[in-house]
Amino acid sequence: MSTTYLEFLRAELVPGLMEGLWTSIAVIVPSAALGVLIGLFAGVLRVYGPRPVRQFTEAYVSLFRGTPLVVQVFFWYFALPYISIGGHSIVLDAIPASILAFGLCSGAYQSEYIRGGLLSIKRGQIRAALALGMTTRQAVQSVVLPQAFRRALPGCGNELIYLIKYSSLASIITVNELTGTATTIAKNTWRNIEVFCTLGVYYLVLVTLATWLLHLLEDSLSVPGFERHKS
Amino acid sequence: MAAENQTPPVLEARALGKTLGGNRVLDAVSLALPKGCVKVLIGPSGAGKSTLLQCLNFLIPPDSGSILLEGREVNARSRRELCSLRQQVGMIFQDFNLFDHLSAMENVRVALMKVKGMSKLDAGELALAELSRVGLLDKAALYPANLSGGQKQRVAIARALAMDPKVMLLDEPTSALDPELIGEVLAVIRDLAQNGMTMIIATHQISFSASLADEFLFMEKGRVIESGSPAELLRRDSGSRTLAFCAKISELSGEAGEAGLAAGLGESVRAGVSVGAAGLGAESPV
Ligand SMILES: Nc1ncnc2c1ncn2[C@@H]1O[C@H](COP(=O)(O)OP(=O)(O)O)[C@@H](O)[C@H]1O
Ligand SMILES: [Mg+2]
Repeated sequence: MSTTYLEFLRAELVPGLMEGLWTSIAVIVPSAALGVLIGLFAGVLRVYGPRPVRQFTEAYVSLFRGTPLVVQVFFWYFALPYISIGGHSIVLDAIPASILAFGLCSGAYQSEYIRGGLLSIKRGQIRAALALGMTTRQAVQSVVLPQAFRRALPGCGNELIYLIKYSSLASIITVNELTGTATTIAKNTWRNIEVFCTLGVYYLVLVTLATWLLHLLEDSLSVPGFERHKS
Repeated sequence: MAAENQTPPVLEARALGKTLGGNRVLDAVSLALPKGCVKVLIGPSGAGKSTLLQCLNFLIPPDSGSILLEGREVNARSRRELCSLRQQVGMIFQDFNLFDHLSAMENVRVALMKVKGMSKLDAGELALAELSRVGLLDKAALYPANLSGGQKQRVAIARALAMDPKVMLLDEPTSALDPELIGEVLAVIRDLAQNGMTMIIATHQISFSASLADEFLFMEKGRVIESGSPAELLRRDSGSRTLAFCAKISELSGEAGEAGLAAGLGESVRAGVSVGAAGLGAESPV
């Protein structure tokens, strides 16, 4: 039995978790990108879309914010294959299913922040942009979005941090990301305390790193009137 | 016929009508802005001045009536025609509406790039030239959050001028300003008028506009109920609604009151008030 923690760490835990880490990143990054993209579209449509589109996006947000993420993950992985349209059904592997689930769920939350950011821009600025001869689209692109993005960034950043943490749910549909790998190692070695505490440190590092990058981004976009509130 | 050969007004509105929330906000308002003329819209709050100005460039689409730019009716349903109209019609708002995330220079530059398709370099150069025209070259790098109200409005004017408009619509350009900042904005507007810019200004700055305007339009309840030269309307014995209104607001804003107004604008309005600087000084209540 007892090798020391450090030896265990070096020989088993770190190599195992390292592989899990890459898988985690392979889930988190596309999910985050998908979430931001969907959130951006849904947020813009919720504010500026024609009525039916607005209602559709509202419904999307209610659905994905109103149901547990685990249920959503199960749906895309276990239920989707049974839905057949014209004899075709879609079977997703565990990783794409997780990315889809996280991206869609994250997008619903992101759209809330984007929407709030958009609504914080006074209509007068849009009127001024139109009065200069810009099209609505140009006004949204070069006047509204850059400001809304800055206003939404803290909220969106928080959502990304959450995403890093809830990516661990992919382990329940067999994805061997950080948490999945750690669970396997724990099962095989019975060194639960060491394994899960170390796992926690991995997430902590990921989250800290992401927070730091987000602050860098916020600071680089910072202009007078849009400063980051430093704690 | 001479009338047929005359150049058409730069901007003309024919029988504009607008109903908002059951309110007849504009009731068949017509007006024409010949090249180089300055018209001033006065009237109580809620008269429909802002609505009228925003109908002129379709920021608010009128329910009825038509807009003609240099004699050609604008088809509001064509997006291209709308954008082209708006490029040629500069607009200044009461609350500036600067783009908060852009510096003064970038505020002026952005539409030059997006709308006129100018290169960043050319647009930047022109932006700086326009800013120096309103005396703000040294503030080019500052953001709206760090500009005073008067400076913001001057940036807004530079931004509109950069598009090289044929006519300017100014909606209470000094109403949101602290009294001590009004003068600098009025000076820029006076400068524009003296350089022959065609303008229509909604304002409560009576003696300033009297010294500048070719015509006063007095609006009430969605209609222009009086129009004429300031000399005519503000003559002491004119008995006009305009005079009564102007006397009231001049008194409120601490201008010399009816007596002073009448004295200044009496027999020879031009001589009396066109003393630019003096007019300006008197304009700002302390
Ligand atoms: N969206 C709206 N719905 C209903 N009434 C409106 C709306 N916008 C403006 N009004 C009314 O139109 C009238 C004219 O407003 P406005 O053009 O802003 O007047 P002014 O600029 O002369 O003060 C006011 O009585 C105002 O209450
Ligand atoms: Mg108004």
